[in-house]
Amino acid sequence: MKTSLKINGEVHDLDADSRTTLLDALRNHLDLTGTKKGCDHGQCGACTVIVNGRRINSCLSLACMHDGDEITTIEGLGQPGNLSDLQAAFVKHDGYQCGYCTPGQICSATAMLQEVKDGWPSHVSDSLTGTYDLTEAEISERMSGNLCRCAAYPNIVDAIRDAAGKVQS
Amino acid sequence: MKPFDYIRAEDTGHATSAAGQGATIIAGGTNLLDLMKLEVLQPDALIDINRLDLKQITEADGGLRIGALVTNSDLAADMRVRTDYPVLSEALLAGASGQLRNKATTAGNLLQRTRCYYFYDTAMPCNKREPGTGCQAMEGATRLHAILGGSDQCIATHPSDMAVAMRALAAVVEIEAANGETRHVPLSDFYLLPGDTPHIENVLRKGDLITAVILPAAPKGAQTYRKVRDRASYAFAMVSVAARIEMDGDTVKDAALAFGGIAPQPWRDADAENALIGKPATKETFNAVADILLKNADPKKDNAFKVPLARRTLIATLNELCGKDVA
Ligand SMILES: Cc1cc2nc3c(=O)[nH]c(=O)nc-3n(C[C@H](O)[C@H](O)[C@H](O)COP(=O)(O)OP(=O)(O)OC[C@H]3O[C@@H](n4cnc5c(N)ncnc54)[C@H](O)[C@@H]3O)c2cc1C
Ligand code: SF4
Ligand code: FES
Ligand code: FES
Repeated sequence: MKTSLKINGEVHDLDADSRTTLLDALRNHLDLTGTKKGCDHGQCGACTVIVNGRRINSCLSLACMHDGDEITTIEGLGQPGNLSDLQAAFVKHDGYQCGYCTPGQICSATAMLQEVKDGWPSHVSDSLTGTYDLTEAEISERMSGNLCRCAAYPNIVDAIRDAAGKVQS
Repeated sequence: MKPFDYIRAEDTGHATSAAGQGATIIAGGTNLLDLMKLEVLQPDALIDINRLDLKQITEADGGLRIGALVTNSDLAADMRVRTDYPVLSEALLAGASGQLRNKATTAGNLLQRTRCYYFYDTAMPCNKREPGTGCQAMEGATRLHAILGGSDQCIATHPSDMAVAMRALAAVVEIEAANGETRHVPLSDFYLLPGDTPHIENVLRKGDLITAVILPAAPKGAQTYRKVRDRASYAFAMVSVAARIEMDGDTVKDAALAFGGIAPQPWRDADAENALIGKPATKETFNAVADILLKNADPKKDNAFKVPLARRTLIATLNELCGKDVA
């Protein structure tokens, strides 16, 4: 299957078996190993990338289904010396222990903050209409698709609140 | 995963003809690929419908026509759904995760397969996966399983939250067949009970493509979705209730009640609803509704808790919507 993917602003031409997931294409074919494989079944969020502005689990999507799509991975959000706000906040708040879930957490949070800006409610929101403050409950619910086996959740929540500019000291 | 041919659909006719020749339709892929990785499903060909123009939510006949490819995220966030069909937004937001909802589609969600552990485990007998092999759940772990509507061949539940809300809203499924004809099937007639054929889950025929789900005009009254699960987020329902209640003073004027987590399909019981409509919103009424709903409950050891849980969840929901506290 010939597939053209625009990843972090650069076009990559892929020729892989139709079974190749987007996750395996990134890691095994394109050497973008920042994106991690945890469960490979949509349950843990380690493989989260942003496709056409939306966060998805790259393990439950075939690379060939993404021909022409714009994909952002952790490598594209920022690099050492030029970190994104969320990447810097995770460093500052120690939002990890082993770090395996971190790329997925950061990609997920990046798109999640946009969802909040777009006025999307969540399961824990008081109302389906209005604007939403990033309380701890809101962050936990909106990030529930990203598991952290080290349970660094308190610091992950702090990092996200900080990056969202809502941390009260 | 077994090897397969990948075909991208050019238009709905292409999709139905490929499906008619045996290709499996793939939308978000969040259920299908999961099952293909485990080789529970082994299609020879996939027909990818993602580029079809089925992504619009439009106003139709006073209600809404939701394209089959509208994602669960977009549907939950749609302002018309949030204001006129809040039970649907709430049900969607109570399901899966942010990432999954961005991929999961309206049709794919309706057609997602059961989460029965033995259906997923190809080493186990399962009449749904392999007709005639038996049902491991009968003597096995049944926490996720049905207390109503099952058969001695299968007691799997339908796992969707969205479909429960749509059932309460009397949604209609729009289907295009391989011969180009379009038909409409009310969601109430769409799913089939397991009986002796648990592998046949709905009325779709080979080659059928769901093109939309249609919601009738927004009903009167208050709506809510209440989901009880093993953890507060990112888990399938043990019991859920999608309810719509219109009050007239202290009397229930009209009502719709649909249940998830307890049956092989989103469950509605006309007798239970009739025990509520026209009655005063009292403890006695609510208990009578629960009695009728659960009259034929046939639980196993592991899921016997669902009988009292369904009663309490129903009564809590009725209290909320009737503005009462009569528990
Ligand atoms: C970890 C995890 C947690 C989850 N939690 C929940 C939850 O709490 N609540 C919940 O409700 N769901 C939950 N889900 C399930 C999720 O909602 C479904 O996987 C999703 O809705 C399926 O939609 P899809 O578009 O990805 O379907 P696909 O996987 O693409 O397809 C599913 C089925 O539908 C068929 N199909 C798709 N579109 C059409 C069409 N237009 N016409 C005919 N056939 C079609 C396919 O052939 C396939 O058989 C969870 C899933 C995962 C992986
Ligand atoms: S309950 Fe149904 S799906 Fe589960 S093992 Fe039995 S036949 Fe299979
Ligand atoms: S690896 Fe994709 S969700 Fe776990
Ligand atoms: S930091 Fe180890 S899994 Fe999250």
